Amino acid sequence: MATDTPVPESQKTTGTDEFMKGLWSQNPVFVYVLGMCPVLAVSNTAVNALAMGLATTFVLLMSNLVVSLLRRVVPREVRIVTFILVIATFVTVVDYLIHAISLDLHRALGAFISLIVVNCLILGRAEAFASKHSIDRSLLDALGMGVGFTLALLSLGSVREVMGSGSLFGFQIFGERYQEWVLMLLPPGGFFTLAGWLLFFNWRQTRGKEMS
Amino acid sequence: MSDLELITPPSPAASPMRMYAVVMSVGVTCAIAIVAVYETTRPMIARSKRDALQRAVLDVLPGAVRTEQFRLRPDGRFEQHGDGDERQATVHAAYDEQGRVLGLAIEAEGMGYQDTIRVLYGYSFQDRAIIGMRILDSRETPGLGDRAETDAAFQQNFRRLSVRLAPDGSEPAHPLEFVKAGQKRFPWQIDGISGATITTRAIASMLRQSTTRWIPIAERRRSDFDLPSPRAGSGSTENGD
Repeated sequence: MATDTPVPESQKTTGTDEFMKGLWSQNPVFVYVLGMCPVLAVSNTAVNALAMGLATTFVLLMSNLVVSLLRRVVPREVRIVTFILVIATFVTVVDYLIHAISLDLHRALGAFISLIVVNCLILGRAEAFASKHSIDRSLLDALGMGVGFTLALLSLGSVREVMGSGSLFGFQIFGERYQEWVLMLLPPGGFFTLAGWLLFFNWRQTRGKEMS
Repeated sequence: MSDLELITPPSPAASPMRMYAVVMSVGVTCAIAIVAVYETTRPMIARSKRDALQRAVLDVLPGAVRTEQFRLRPDGRFEQHGDGDERQATVHAAYDEQGRVLGLAIEAEGMGYQDTIRVLYGYSFQDRAIIGMRILDSRETPGLGDRAETDAAFQQNFRRLSVRLAPDGSEPAHPLEFVKAGQKRFPWQIDGISGATITTRAIASMLRQSTTRWIPIAERRRSDFDLPSPRAGSGSTENGD
């Protein structure tokens, strides 16, 4: 496992650590900078960000579960192709489910649901964690990473929606006279917001090191 | 990314047969799972698509309470058909409570700024005008092109957009025309949105093409849309309770 985790007490980590590391110290977006395609593309509103985050979390949970279940069965030589098969299946399932639940949501997320397949976060967790750990730990890891990913998407999505459309989750929060900063909804806004959050995380980390 | 190590440890190679067996069985299981989910969700997806279209039809033809689908037969007549094949060129006829035909809702599509835009517009036989327009499908830029869906001033264009036919009935007297924001002077002109010029011009041009094709036929074959007789429960898409 990672050697740069701030909880190096011993090799034995508790279940809570397994969950919490995805939220903060190993956050997939702000620390590992993984899965940038959906992070930049689908974070223009808070609702889209939340839906994308939940869909990714579901795929992550299911793929970690199956990969961990099959970890002693699958020969090393064909592990990647098996992981991709499993991940692609769950992504297709999510695609159909979202389509059945809400046409509007499916329209908004568009092609990015299918692109969960190539989100390196999911294959990364399958390869680096689930294929080497027990089912309960793999599930906790997936849940932590998924929640961390969702929170990261939400922190981009809400900033962009508030600035770009003056609303949050579709509710108007500024008056009618608010002049929308449309740029924040467009791709550059995604990069600016991501840069802002990365700056914040790096500043926290550097400050933490200086303090100790 | 220290925990993404892809170095293969020296483990004994598995036999090719075992590799095939594992990949095959995982693949087959996945395929079965996908088919099962597809079959379960297909009717739900079809139903919500139908509902959304139904809502849009009633939306672009205010006052309508009931709709029927028609298709154009090769001999140039319109014939009623059920919810069968959605791929066929279809118009939706809308009726009031007495079963009188109010107008038609027609789909049009064309290339927008990012991708194909699909719209539905309502044509009123009485007004000889478009009286409503909704965007069914678009991937226009958020904040710019997608304002065509929400902008009240742009929607105002389609409250009463004249497509009156020329005296010989073969084509509209004045084809729909796109003008820049705030320059509309005639009832057949469509005011664009500044900042969404390409999108709004695309909508205007798909409406122009569609009305030029459909309105003359629809006016000529108007009696095709009359319901045979007001039978109880005959409507396939009754908009009741």
